[in-house]
Amino acid sequence: MTGADDSLAAGARPDDALIAGTSLWQDAWRRLRKNSMAVASGLIILLVGLACLVGPLVLHAVWGYDAQTQDLAYGPQPPSWQHPFGTDFYGRDLLVRVLVGGRVSLSVGLLAAIVAATIGTIYGAVASYAGGVVDSLMMRTVDILYALPYMFLVIILVTILGKSLLLLFLALGAVGWLLTARVVRGQVMSLKEQDFVLAARSLGTPGRAIVFRHLIPNTLGPVIVTFTLTVPSMILQEAFLSFLGLGVQPPSPSLGSLINDGANQMLVFWWTLVFPGGVMTLLLFALNFLGDGVRDALDPRMRT
Amino acid sequence: MTRYLLGRLLELVPTALVIILASFALVRLAPGSPFSSEKEIPPEIRRQLEAKYGFDRPLPEQFARYVGNLLRGDLGLSTKYPQRTVNEIIAAGFPVTLSLAAVALVWSLLVGITAGIIGAVRQNTAWDHAAMTTALVGISVPSFVLGPLLVLVVSLRLHLLPPAGWGDWRHLILPGLTLGTIYAASIARLTRGGMLEVIRSDYIRTARAKGLSERLIIWRHMLRGGLLPVISYLGPAIASMLTGSVVVEKIFNVPGIGPYFVDAAFNRDYFLVMGIVLLYAFFLLLLNLVVDALYGLLDPRIDYS
Repeated sequence: MTGADDSLAAGARPDDALIAGTSLWQDAWRRLRKNSMAVASGLIILLVGLACLVGPLVLHAVWGYDAQTQDLAYGPQPPSWQHPFGTDFYGRDLLVRVLVGGRVSLSVGLLAAIVAATIGTIYGAVASYAGGVVDSLMMRTVDILYALPYMFLVIILVTILGKSLLLLFLALGAVGWLLTARVVRGQVMSLKEQDFVLAARSLGTPGRAIVFRHLIPNTLGPVIVTFTLTVPSMILQEAFLSFLGLGVQPPSPSLGSLINDGANQMLVFWWTLVFPGGVMTLLLFALNFLGDGVRDALDPRMRT
Repeated sequence: MTRYLLGRLLELVPTALVIILASFALVRLAPGSPFSSEKEIPPEIRRQLEAKYGFDRPLPEQFARYVGNLLRGDLGLSTKYPQRTVNEIIAAGFPVTLSLAAVALVWSLLVGITAGIIGAVRQNTAWDHAAMTTALVGISVPSFVLGPLLVLVVSLRLHLLPPAGWGDWRHLILPGLTLGTIYAASIARLTRGGMLEVIRSDYIRTARAKGLSERLIIWRHMLRGGLLPVISYLGPAIASMLTGSVVVEKIFNVPGIGPYFVDAAFNRDYFLVMGIVLLYAFFLLLLNLVVDALYGLLDPRIDYS
């Protein structure tokens, strides 16, 4: 019985057995896996992410370290077996603080990049699909926003919205979507002239469905490429703001504010600068490298 | 070309108006006021203060007056530094920020283009890999990590340059390097990519066939192609150098415009915030114009008529 069914099925579509089709995603995944530096970067990110997620819990459960309780009598101690990253000016274990700060950095980076990618994708797709006056108005707006000093806008937004973590990544994402909008618009410009869009339209598919079901899914490649490179830049900007004292507020640590503290004491307590700075650099390096790898994998033409 | 540039200049007028309106709205619609952070100002003094700066008038009237003053080059009075006008503060701080950005730009172009040429000409050799890995490290080291490290090593341990402050050329070097390195790394990657795009094109082969020396081919022909992506990157790069100098100015205690801006945003110093935002926005608009014009000069395929 089943055997007959199988042969029937095989007979109906004989090509399937002979040539297994490779989708764009499978192809990209294969290329990415061959890029050993990108794989190593991915592993580093996973490890750092995992450490940031569970590390503070483990350190607290086993040694009783936490990111905020001060021990002024203990004070700043250089790295030791007990405190691998040393302790800060207030006697707090620096490893815990770096991990908790890394948690902040990673989540702000990811969330802000998601906000930016979502706004940018929808904006770019709608502008391009609408075309004409709407398109030029929407893209002129992007041009104007592009001309404004980006970081200054974020600073104004942060001072208006108040210094909360949620608002911080909203502010970063709200200003960071411009590049994605441009990329998606360019993609949709060429996509919307293609036959499958014409087919959808002739079937009476409403414009909204064409944008969301047909156009946006086809821009996913470039959007992912932009997204992976937006994450490190968002992390950098969060740290930039925290370094200026505008981001995450003490006593909560953030890599940016830890680096700021470290920079103020580096002559005497070098480890307070070197460890947070090192982790930040390692994280950004791995994210940039992975982003490059994803770009090369998804769009081999862009490879240089 | 001239017509193109004139057209672009005319286009700037509505853009500028929109930018003025948008920044006015953003700054003024925010909760809080310049006098709300001060401790307990008696109401009558507060009223006097608001009258002095014109804050007691309806918003549209304030906006009209602001634009009028702007046309005469008057950016208004600072509320945080009552004895100084916004023009004075900018005149004192902006040249400092500009000179930092200039040093950073020269450094990033020198290092970036050199590394990019090496990478492209020696593609896929150890030289190339070394240059590009260094570039990726350079992109990943934030200025607020690099700056303190440079101070620690160069100033505090080796005593080669002053760790902070402002005065002569020696104060420019460390902040300039700190600010420029991340862009040097990007420029290296762009130069290399741009040169590799053209390195196998017909006109390079023609140049070889004519018997031009390799040096001449690299400098006159390949580099031209390699610089195109760099040129279009320069607009956003200079823009983010200028805003990014906020951090560098803080690290090296340089009296640029950055610290004023952060202060002003916090204290709702309306005119100072707007003055600095508008200064930067107009500077960037003009910069993009220059970049587009340069692009046309370098790439004969672009026709502006």
